[in-house]
Amino acid sequence: MTKFLQLVFEGTALGAGYALVALGFVVIYRATGVINFAQGGFVLLGAYLTYNFNTTWGLPFWVSVFLAVVCGALVGALVEALILRRMVGQPQFAIIMLTIGLLFIIDQIVPSVWGYDALNLGDPWGLDTTDIGGLVLSHRSLATLALAAAVLTAFFVYFKYSTMGIAMRATAIDQEAALAQGISARRVFAVSWAIAGGVAAIAGVTQAAGAAALAPTVGLVALRAFPAMILGGLDSPPGAVVGGVLIGITQNLTAGYQPDMAPWLGNNFHLVMPYVVMVIILMVRPYGLFGTPEVQRA
Amino acid sequence: MRATGAAPDLHTDYAAALRLVPNSWVRTGAGLAALAWLAGPLILSDFWVVVLGYAGVAAVGALGLNLLTGYTGQVSLGHAFFLGIGAYVAAQFGGAWDLPLFIWLPACAVVGAAVGAVVGPFALRLRGQYLVVVTLGLVFVGEHIFREWGSVTGGGAGTAVRPQLDLGPVDFGGMSLFGTRFSRQEMLFWLIWGVVGIGVVAAKNLVRTRPGRALQAVRDRDLAAEVIGISLFRYKVGAFAISSAYAAVAGGLYGALQTFVSPTEWSLLLSIQYVAMIIIGGLGTIFGPVLGAVVLTAIPRLLDEISRGRDLPLVSDDAGGPGGIITISNLKQAIFGALIVGFLLFEPRGLAAVWLRFKAYLKTWPFSY
Repeated sequence: MTKFLQLVFEGTALGAGYALVALGFVVIYRATGVINFAQGGFVLLGAYLTYNFNTTWGLPFWVSVFLAVVCGALVGALVEALILRRMVGQPQFAIIMLTIGLLFIIDQIVPSVWGYDALNLGDPWGLDTTDIGGLVLSHRSLATLALAAAVLTAFFVYFKYSTMGIAMRATAIDQEAALAQGISARRVFAVSWAIAGGVAAIAGVTQAAGAAALAPTVGLVALRAFPAMILGGLDSPPGAVVGGVLIGITQNLTAGYQPDMAPWLGNNFHLVMPYVVMVIILMVRPYGLFGTPEVQRA
Repeated sequence: MRATGAAPDLHTDYAAALRLVPNSWVRTGAGLAALAWLAGPLILSDFWVVVLGYAGVAAVGALGLNLLTGYTGQVSLGHAFFLGIGAYVAAQFGGAWDLPLFIWLPACAVVGAAVGAVVGPFALRLRGQYLVVVTLGLVFVGEHIFREWGSVTGGGAGTAVRPQLDLGPVDFGGMSLFGTRFSRQEMLFWLIWGVVGIGVVAAKNLVRTRPGRALQAVRDRDLAAEVIGISLFRYKVGAFAISSAYAAVAGGLYGALQTFVSPTEWSLLLSIQYVAMIIIGGLGTIFGPVLGAVVLTAIPRLLDEISRGRDLPLVSDDAGGPGGIITISNLKQAIFGALIVGFLLFEPRGLAAVWLRFKAYLKTWPFSY
């Protein structure tokens, strides 16, 4: 039982990280109808910027995180303004490929600047743990949970009550009607990309915390967040959270039990488990737990 | 009716417009291409024979992806998985079981198409961007299978691919012709580009006939296509299977050329490179993917060649030596990304469009605008 609870706890923390990344996907998908593959690049950039501000420039950790979020948001808004805006009216396929191209560029620039060596992010949690009734709670996991909870709460409050948040929801429902109400779709797109960039930076921090955990592979987490997004529903922010946590727990339980219970599935099966879940979801409930079913109209 | 010099390419009936060889220009072009194919290993340096060998392999794969993406409008990132299947079929059928070339190479296509037809219905159930995500998952699950199925794939360490290369009296593994010794690479150049030729004609023929026009109808407006009686399911899955068959053949040839493959090669990166080829070459053309494959295969190897023993400004060697802001291997990948972004922004129809514009210019000369 302790093992189970331990796995669920770690899985929830893992899933909170996925949720942060998936939230970035969903925000951009709702606004522009496009899956942004460059999200992984933003995650990577955010983590390394934090490292740079903190370790290289010697700023306090939380100041570094804040600056990285600001920079991430700026990069997101810039990408939208300089590149994506030119693609309005182009087929979706072209826009997706464009974001894949961007991912390639960011993924190469980051190691060119900071190298391939595993680095210490300089986070205050390190390898510290707290024991509660046999459960070993690592501070890094606790911090991931707390950060994710704070960011997600802030996002949902903004999304529900701020003028911009309402404008974003209106644009997602019907762009033309939103324009007729005087909402600037252009600004909605820019803000969506900025939010995605900023959230990605925090996701990067949670992924790269711990001992020598900052490496160019950190961006890969975005690829594992795809199943979370599909599970929750492509266009549902709460879905991103639920999907992320479910996928995280599933992955961790698989890592804990599969080697004993189903060894024939091979080593490291837990790393592909999210995709297996994704395929099953697509067969049973294609639009996810909370997604809007697509209606075909002429 | 024969087109005259004054008004080339003007057709008076549909049959003429759909002909595989519409005019003497195409015939001449095909003849020149065949000559270049025969002369290739005789006149090219070893470096270019190898580069063009790999480019030909990529061209076969890109032709297949283009049938799916360029003609049917379904974006797939799963191409690497099918390339991997082809390579392991070549290793197993042609290598371990020692079957001849005329069996294992078609077997690549058959196995590729079969797996494509099994996976396709799941992947194509949803429209649009879901396919991208599902095929992305396919690549990761595939990598896992390739790593764990050790008896065929050699596990994480990889496996040798040494299939039979005899075809009648011709040994593509290297032989003497008219007193000249041709190496394995040179013989494989002929084999690979021969397959490219077959692939080009088959693709061209497919897209001009009824199934091909159905695919394009699905791409242009799936709902309209369904209304006029095209079974979306059948044609989407069909296109996926054919594209997978092309990919598997390319994978088999790749294995034969490289003689060794390991599971890490069949990654998302490879899939994206193929997508880059068809974007840069030109979506929805037959000529484009071949061109894109050659360009994208040549660029990294040329960069290696240029940077060898020479200092490029701002570029350092892979050891991360001083004086550079980006290493060669990073630069190679970044160029892929930059080319994708650049072409999508400034020439979305790819290199093929440049050629088509040039052709239109010549055709209307001296009244070009």
